[in-house]
Amino acid sequence: MENVLELSNLSTHIELSRSTVQAVGNVSLHLKPGETLGLVGESGCGKSMTGLSIMRLLPPGGHIVGGSVKLNGRELTSLPEHEMRKIRGNDIAMVFQDPMTSLDPTKTIGNQVAEGVLQHRNVTKKQAMDRAAEVLGLVGLPRPKERLEDYPHQLSGGLRQRVVIAMALACEPKVLIADEPTTALDVTIQAQILDLLSGLKDRLGMAMLLVTHDMGVVAGHTDRINVMYAGRIVETTDTETLFERMHHPYTRALLGSIPRLEQDNNERLYSIAGLPPDLASPPPGCRFAPRCLLATDQCTKDEPTLLSAGSVSEHQFACWHPVDGPLDLSKVSDVEALGADVAATIGLTLEAAGGHEHHGPEPETTRSTVVVNEPEPEVAGSTVNGGGLLVVDNLVKEFPITAGVLQRKVASVKAVSGVSFEVGRGKTFGLVGESGCGKTTIGRVIVALERPDTGQVTLAGRRVSEMKGRQLRRNRRDLQMMFQDPYASLDPRMRVSSILREPLQVQGSGSSREQLSRIHDMLDEVGLPHRALERFPHEFSGGQRQRIGLARALMLNPKLIVADEPVSALDVSIRAQVLNLMRRLQTEHGLSYVVISHDLAVVKYLADEIGVMYLGKLVERGTGDDIYHRAAHPYTSGLINTIPIPDPRTEKLKNGAAIKGEIPSPIDPPSGCRFRSRCPLAQDRCAEEEPQLRSFGPGHVAACHFPLITPAAVEPESSVA
Amino acid sequence: MATLDSYTTIAPQRTPEGGEVGAVQSGWRLAVREFVSNKLATAGLVIVVLLVLFCFLGPIFYHSDQLNSNLLLTDQSPGGGYPLGTDGNGFDVLGRLMKGGQTSLEIGLLSAVIATVIGTLWGAIAGLAGGIVDAIMMRIVDVLLAIPFLFIVLLVAARYSATTATLSILLGVLSWLLPARLVRGEVLTLRVRDFVSAARVMGASRSRLILRHLVPNALGVVIVNITFQVADAILALAALGFLGFGVQYPGTDWGDQLYDGAGNLNNGYWWLIYPVGILLVVTVMACNLIGDALRDALDVRLRRR
Repeated sequence: MENVLELSNLSTHIELSRSTVQAVGNVSLHLKPGETLGLVGESGCGKSMTGLSIMRLLPPGGHIVGGSVKLNGRELTSLPEHEMRKIRGNDIAMVFQDPMTSLDPTKTIGNQVAEGVLQHRNVTKKQAMDRAAEVLGLVGLPRPKERLEDYPHQLSGGLRQRVVIAMALACEPKVLIADEPTTALDVTIQAQILDLLSGLKDRLGMAMLLVTHDMGVVAGHTDRINVMYAGRIVETTDTETLFERMHHPYTRALLGSIPRLEQDNNERLYSIAGLPPDLASPPPGCRFAPRCLLATDQCTKDEPTLLSAGSVSEHQFACWHPVDGPLDLSKVSDVEALGADVAATIGLTLEAAGGHEHHGPEPETTRSTVVVNEPEPEVAGSTVNGGGLLVVDNLVKEFPITAGVLQRKVASVKAVSGVSFEVGRGKTFGLVGESGCGKTTIGRVIVALERPDTGQVTLAGRRVSEMKGRQLRRNRRDLQMMFQDPYASLDPRMRVSSILREPLQVQGSGSSREQLSRIHDMLDEVGLPHRALERFPHEFSGGQRQRIGLARALMLNPKLIVADEPVSALDVSIRAQVLNLMRRLQTEHGLSYVVISHDLAVVKYLADEIGVMYLGKLVERGTGDDIYHRAAHPYTSGLINTIPIPDPRTEKLKNGAAIKGEIPSPIDPPSGCRFRSRCPLAQDRCAEEEPQLRSFGPGHVAACHFPLITPAAVEPESSVA
Repeated sequence: MATLDSYTTIAPQRTPEGGEVGAVQSGWRLAVREFVSNKLATAGLVIVVLLVLFCFLGPIFYHSDQLNSNLLLTDQSPGGGYPLGTDGNGFDVLGRLMKGGQTSLEIGLLSAVIATVIGTLWGAIAGLAGGIVDAIMMRIVDVLLAIPFLFIVLLVAARYSATTATLSILLGVLSWLLPARLVRGEVLTLRVRDFVSAARVMGASRSRLILRHLVPNALGVVIVNITFQVADAILALAALGFLGFGVQYPGTDWGDQLYDGAGNLNNGYWWLIYPVGILLVVTVMACNLIGDALRDALDVRLRRR
């Protein structure tokens, strides 16, 4: 079949005031009708710029410097602007990441969808509105005719993204460019939107370019994949081959560094050392060479070109030292085994670039002389349910909604409704759930940023939630926090030295000299150079900032760190580095963590015990294996099934989203079991009676009337487990 | 460790696990670079420096009698020892401009500082306290904003003798309302930011939060505001002078001179009005240009790397 879209040697540069970013370099790709092509890569690798170059919607300073873009054989790069306008939204349409910012808040959704139709088709306003209603129905908006007059803020996030898709589809485009269409959405909604896109593509016979950083998303929803790194396409082939017999070391490393649900927690994650290059001055030769374990002198001098792999012409890659197939994940943690694997080619050790933990003496010798908080002797055999360092008991937190002149309370957001759990010394407790389920509120209550309405937080026998003033301030040293957005959590006007010194100053520990030596030690521990001290936060990359955030949290030698989405804002390759670091520091310092995340794989990798939250309630709690292999609650099993797995075979077997609908409002949660409105197993009893937590084995409890596995033959657990 | 050595042949030095960081770039140097790259701002700065030199160092090089009026030399047109002529009292206009400029610049800067200090503190306290305290403090601001500014100034100026100090205080005390609103808004957004939460988690006291985190981060807004306040104060002073409530004879300011000039507009005595008018417009414009550029330069997020 003819290619509907064909890019050859497309290069795009972005002129900044003092440099030129070579965002896209020599990118060639093609799309056939009815086909989905995945474009994957980390942030800043040029994948979005490729999409924008096709549309010729580049940011200020950006322009196409070479190559061609052909739509059905028609050259687009040289088309005059008014001709290009006829193509945008008509022949090629685009779906952006954030549905809130890509919709105009002052116009009704009907008008917004109809706008494109009016622009490109010779129709009346009435006909355009009819078409809008039709398309909105097509994307699964319930009762579309009645909702034409709705404004974007009246819709939930998932429905908004459906409206954005409807806008893109209104003129039946030949090519749809979906740029991270589900990144801003919850996992459960993500699955629904991806299914919708795939279904619509099949029905309408268009071609789709799916731009994303998530290998799990491309695994299940693409026919072919292009992997981009630093502005170049490094490997391209069909989806199955890419996952099973990739040839580029970057593809292999990228896939290897994703934490997986079935993975053993005790293994280190495979990680790619270093950072992607600065595209204003890319390295000569292969751009991946500085981070590649297989790199030789040839790689740093000559740039490899895309070549076909032997007999298969569709499989192309750009590498001097191709690999064959994925890493053996069972060997990843084993330095010797991987070393042998790599050494077979050129002879290097894993992560020779970093990780002083593999060489030389253990950090005991470099450990600080400032005694902030002498780590207490380990309590032997602190089991899952005994000797809890942190006890969260029946926590309730509601946020009032006030209205009128007198600020009368009219309703309340029931963020957390009676949650209890314990975290043992040196253990990790993971909290998972969709956004709005109250997990972040629990984190903030634990570190005493919020006060609970009822219930208690006890740390090492002291009731933190009842402390005030100076006593609370002194006790805060034991409870630190890691934030989701490492940039927002570092004061932009402070240098790293002041940022790291601040906790010590606040708690008044050590002389200035001792503080400095502790800061140096901490930088070593989190793997940052001492030169970092004089820098401001904006001069670091995301992963480095998160390292600074972790270092700051550790300065006071806390007993417990609450990590709220610690890696969500980071790229896949950096994510593994930070997760490994968190694990290493935990064992070295005997830390306890409460890890809060929407990503079950991340939580499962870090946590000894996992709590699954839904709408302010803990619906299931158990070890990682309990949750993953023996889920009792339908929500837990649904959540596991919606997570996109970087494996095309399992991913393509899934049919339909496992959890339907969207999370109800926490202002007015459903009666009885809060999950019943979305539960496939719900019956009348679920609406009338609220299920209590029941035991399903040692340390495994769930709150469901109709569990997926049979409960253990013991009495229902009391509220405090 | 042989394997390590073989690695070093590829990467010349061992980089830390977290990767290398770039060369030191001081925050101030970046701000200066950003400021200088803005042509209009540089022009504004040059103008202000020249104006200050003109007003304060000018009289040293250009002597003129600004104390005794000379009724024999009134309303001389430019030329003959008087580059810009003389005014209705026989004072040399060029020297008069310098003297009036001193008053205007001094009062402008002083009142701007007074207004900004009061406004910043008021706004920061209201923003951080929140709740009923915030509500009361901001309603006071609303009420004061509703009273016509000139009305109060005229009432007060009519009662007390107008000197540089009293006029500065008067203008300062009456123009802190807008900076207060500005700073409160800034503090409201800053106090829920993660880095403030992080400081609270460390156990930082309230005063530390204000002094180490909130004020430095709101400083950009405050500094920018000062430049606009200077411009406003110079204009307000000009308005006062024009209405005859400016500094008292034999002192003078630009508004005072503008008033004198306006009376002679139809006589063709252009040198009494155009020089001072142009100086006034240029000063205010230069202050605004600097303010605009400072706002861009101090905003770390807008900075191009």
